[in-house]
Amino acid sequence: MAFQAIKFYQTGTFTVGNRLLDPEQRSVQADMARTNALNSGHRACQGCGEALGARYAIDAAMEAADGQLIAVNATGCLEVFSTPYPETSWQIPWIHSLFGNAAAVATGVAAALKVKQQKKVRVVAQGGDGGTTDIGFGCLSGMFERNDDVLYICYDNEGYMNTGGQRSSATPPAARTATTPVVGGSPGNVFGQGKNLPEIAMAHGIPYVATATVADLRDLEAKVRRAMEIQGARYIHILVPCPLGWGTASHDTIRMARLAKETGLFPVFEAEWGELTSRLTIRRKTPVEEYLKPQKRFAHLFQPLPELAIVARLQALADRNIRKYGLVEGGAS
Amino acid sequence: MNINKPFAITLDVGSSLANRTGSWRTARPVYVDRLPPCNHTCPAGENIQGWLFHAEAGDYESAWRELMKDNPLPAVMGRVCYHSCESACNRGQLDEAVNIHAVERFLGDEAIRRGWKIEVAAPLSGKHVLVVGAGPAGLAAAYHLTLLGHRATIFEAGPFAGGMMRFGIPKYRLPRSVLDAEVERLETMGVTIRLNTRVDDMLSTMREGGFDAAFLGVGAHLAKRAYIPAGDANRILDAVSVLRGMESEEKPLLGRRVVVVGGGNTAIDVARSAKRMGAEEAIVVYRRTREKMPAHESEVEEALAEGVMMKWLTTIKEAGEASFTVEKMALDENGFPQPTGEYEKIAADSLVLALGQDVDLALLDKLPGLTVDNGMVTVDCNMMTGHPGIFAGGDMVPSERTVTDAVGHGKKSAKSIDAWLRGEVPVAREKHELATFSRLNTWYYADAPKTVQPVLDIIRRQSTFEEVLGDLDEGNALFEARRCLSCGNCFECDNCYGVCPDNAVIKLGPGKRFLFNFDYCKGCGLCATECPCGAIRMEPETV
Ligand SMILES: Cc1cc2nc3c(=O)[nH]c(=O)nc-3n(C[C@H](O)[C@H](O)[C@H](O)COP(=O)(O)OP(=O)(O)OC[C@H]3O[C@@H](n4cnc5c(N)ncnc54)[C@H](O)[C@@H]3O)c2cc1C
Ligand SMILES: Cc1ncc(C[n+]2csc(CCOP(=O)(O)OP(=O)(O)O)c2C)c(N)n1
Ligand code: SF4
Ligand SMILES: [Mg+2]
Repeated sequence: MAFQAIKFYQTGTFTVGNRLLDPEQRSVQADMARTNALNSGHRACQGCGEALGARYAIDAAMEAADGQLIAVNATGCLEVFSTPYPETSWQIPWIHSLFGNAAAVATGVAAALKVKQQKKVRVVAQGGDGGTTDIGFGCLSGMFERNDDVLYICYDNEGYMNTGGQRSSATPPAARTATTPVVGGSPGNVFGQGKNLPEIAMAHGIPYVATATVADLRDLEAKVRRAMEIQGARYIHILVPCPLGWGTASHDTIRMARLAKETGLFPVFEAEWGELTSRLTIRRKTPVEEYLKPQKRFAHLFQPLPELAIVARLQALADRNIRKYGLVEGGAS
Repeated sequence: MNINKPFAITLDVGSSLANRTGSWRTARPVYVDRLPPCNHTCPAGENIQGWLFHAEAGDYESAWRELMKDNPLPAVMGRVCYHSCESACNRGQLDEAVNIHAVERFLGDEAIRRGWKIEVAAPLSGKHVLVVGAGPAGLAAAYHLTLLGHRATIFEAGPFAGGMMRFGIPKYRLPRSVLDAEVERLETMGVTIRLNTRVDDMLSTMREGGFDAAFLGVGAHLAKRAYIPAGDANRILDAVSVLRGMESEEKPLLGRRVVVVGGGNTAIDVARSAKRMGAEEAIVVYRRTREKMPAHESEVEEALAEGVMMKWLTTIKEAGEASFTVEKMALDENGFPQPTGEYEKIAADSLVLALGQDVDLALLDKLPGLTVDNGMVTVDCNMMTGHPGIFAGGDMVPSERTVTDAVGHGKKSAKSIDAWLRGEVPVAREKHELATFSRLNTWYYADAPKTVQPVLDIIRRQSTFEEVLGDLDEGNALFEARRCLSCGNCFECDNCYGVCPDNAVIKLGPGKRFLFNFDYCKGCGLCATECPCGAIRMEPETV
C-alpha cells in the first residue's frame, strides 16, 4: 500500500470502502452500482463465506470484463443454493452441467465464443474444493495444460459441504468431517495427504495462479483484475469459511478467514508462469490455537484433553508456510 | 403459460428475489450511534468524534461548526483544556490517543484566520438575560442564550473580558490575541459585554435592567491565605494578584529569587511566569509528594524543563529578612505528610502563596432561597440556584474548576434558562450506550505509518508550548484527525454493505449512511462483527 506512506486514510484499504480515497481507488464492492452477480434470496446458510466470495469475485470479474462475462458452475453449494429450479440468483449468463466437468464445459464455451468471434466475452468457471481438487481435477488439469482462455475460481471451504461435510483433498489435517470421524488415537483427517491445488496449478506453468480469502477484499479484487488482464488459463483459489461445516458462528466467517491467513495456515500469494510473484504478509502474527478453537471441527483437539502434539503439528505446518512463502515481513518468523 | 420452451423445461425463469430469506432471521442488525468515550468525558459536552469526522475529510469549516455547537471558544480550549478526552480515547489502547486538543486548536485558529462567523437562526424571543461575569462560564452562557434567540448582556467587573483566562492563565499558554478574537466573535453575534460594571446586588440589578432571568459566573477570585510569621522586610504575595498583575502596566516585583507555595496549576503558572520575568530561581514548595500534586503532570514536566525547581514534602514555617524557613515533611504509615522538625533556610526575595481561591459571594447577600455550601453556591441538576430564575456555573459552584467545566456549565445553564423562560423543565437527552474498546474491530484501522510518526512527535511536543509554536501545520492536523477511530458512530467505510453475503444492506450514498433490507437479511451478524467502529447492534428478533 504505497500511497499510505504519503497520506494516512484512517482505515487505508482494509475496509470495503473509504470515503477519503479517490473514487477510482475504491473497491468494486463499495460501488453502489456493483453487479451483485449473486442476488438476494439465495439459499446459502447465514454467514456463508462461499456466497460472499462468489459475489466478490464475479462482481470484480464483471467490472474487468465490462459486463461481458459467462460463468460455468460445477455442482456444489454455490450451484444448489443459487438455482433451485426455476429460480436463479445469477444476474449474469450462467450455466451448470455436472459436478466434475466445469473446466471442460468452460473450455467448450470459450471455444464456441472463439468460433463466433466474440472476442470481448470472457469465461469464468467456478466450483467448490471437491469439484475442483477431486472429481473435476482431470478436466481442470487438461484446461491448464491446453492453456484455454478461462479463469477458474475455486471456492475452498475445505470439504464437501453441500452433501453434509465429507472430506475432500482440500480438507486440512486433524479436521473432523463426516467421513473422518474420531477413531482411535488420531481423530480427524490424516496428516500428510491431500492436494495443494494452487501449487499443482503453478506446476502446470500457466500464466496466472493466486490465492485469496474473503477477509481481504481489496487483495481478492486486485487478483481478479490481474487475472482478467491475461489471456489463457488462470486459477484463483479463494478460502471461504463455511459456518455449517466448520462449526463456527455465522458472524465469524470473515474472522475465521482472517485468522487462517494471520496464522500462516492459509498462505495468500500470486504466481505468474509458475513463479511466485507476491505474497500477503502477516500483519498480526497469531498462534494456530486462536484459529482452531472457535471451530467445532477441531473441538476434539481441545477436549476432553488438549491434544498438544496435534496442535503442534498444525503449528509446524503454519510455520513451514511462513518460511516457504516468506509470510513475515523481513524474512524468518 | 408459454409452451415454446426448450426440451424438458416447463416453468419460466424466476428470480431468487421471490425467496424472502428475511424469514430465517432470529436476530436483526440495528444501526446505532454509541457514545464515544471522548464525548462522554468532555466537560463541555463536545461532540468530538462528530467534528473529527469532518476534519478527517479536510472539511475544516464543517468541523468547526460542529465544534461551535457546544463550545464558543475552540482556539482557547485547544490551548488550555486539560483534555480528559485524550485519556479516555480508545486509540490509546491501540497505539496512542488521538491528539484531540491539537486538532481543536487548529480548527479554532483556522476560524480566526478565515473569519468564520456564526449566524443566529432562532427567532428572537424578546427575553433578556443578565449574565454576571465574562469568564468562560458567562461567555458560554451568553453565547448559547443568543443562539437560542434570547438577548444576553454580560456585566463584567473587570476592564477586559475573559475572567481567569485573561487574569490567571499566563500568556505563554494562551496568547491574548486568540482570546480577544474569540470574544470579539461573540460580540459580533450580538452578545453585549459591559466592562467595568460590577454587580453588587443581584435583585436590584435585575429589577432595574428588566431582566427575565440571570446566569451567575463570577468565578473564585479571593485568594486563600495562610498565617506565616514574618518580619516586615519580606514580600508575601498571593498568586491571583501576581498573575492579575502580569496583565497590567506595572508588573509585580518578585525579585531574583521567588518561592511559590502550593501544588496546583496556579503555583506552576506563577513559577513559570516568574522565570519568564527574569527570576534566576523559582522554587515551588509543596507539602506532599510529586504524585499527589494537583497540577497537571505535563505542566509540571514543562516547568521542570524550563528550570523551575520543586521541593516536595516541604512546608513554609517562617519568613525572615532575605530568606524563608521551611520544614521537611515525612509521610506517615497512612501516607499523610507529618512534620519532621528538620528545618532549612531558603534565600529568596519574595514568597507567593498559591493555596487556592474562594468565591466572593457579596452580590448574593440578600438573595432569598439561595444556599451556599462550603463557600460555593448550590445548584440543582439544571444549574439553577435556590432562587428561581437565577442560575450559576463555573468556579463558583462545586466543580473541577477548569475552563472546560465552566463552558459546559454555561451551555447547560443556557438550555435550562431557555426552558425555564418558557415555563418548562429541560429534558435531558437520553445518553447513548458507551462505545467501549471491546466494541471495536480494530483490525480495520491502518497503523499510523512510520514515515509520518516523527513529524507527529514534534507536534505533540510543540503543542504544549503553544506560544513557541506558530500555526499548527494543516497536514499534521489532518493526519491526527484521521487517526480517530470514530468509536460507535458510522463513518461510511462500506464494510456492512460489502460483507453481507445476501446483499441485504442498501447503500444510500455519501453522507446518507445505509439501510438494512429485512426482506433478505438472514441475521448472520457479519455486518455487526465486521463493523470497525461498533455502530451495529444485533437484537433478538421478536416472534
Ligand atoms: C493561574 C490559573 C491557571 C489556570 N489554568 C487553567 C488551564 O490551563 N486550563 C483550565 O481549564 N483551567 C485553568 N484554570 C481554571 C480556569 O481559569 C477557571 O476554572 C475558569 O476561568 C473559571 O471560569 P468562570 O467563568 O467560572 O470564572 P472566571 O474565569 O474567574 O471569571 C469570572 C468573571 O466574573 C467577574 N466578576 C466577578 N465578580 C463579579 C461581579 N460581582 N460583577 C461582575 N463581574 C464579576 C470577574 O471579573 C471575572 O471576569 C486556571 C486558573 C488559574 C487561576
Ligand atoms: C458425480 C456426482 N457425484 C456426487 C454428487 C453429489 N454432490 C453434490 S455437491 C457435492 C459436494 C460438493 O462439494 P464441493 O465441490 O466442495 O462444494 P461445496 O458444496 O463444498 O461448496 C456432492 C458430493 C454429484 N452431484 N455428482
Ligand atoms: S453449507 Fe457452507 S458453503 Fe454451503 S451454503 Fe452453508 S455455509 Fe455456505
Ligand atoms: Mg467444498
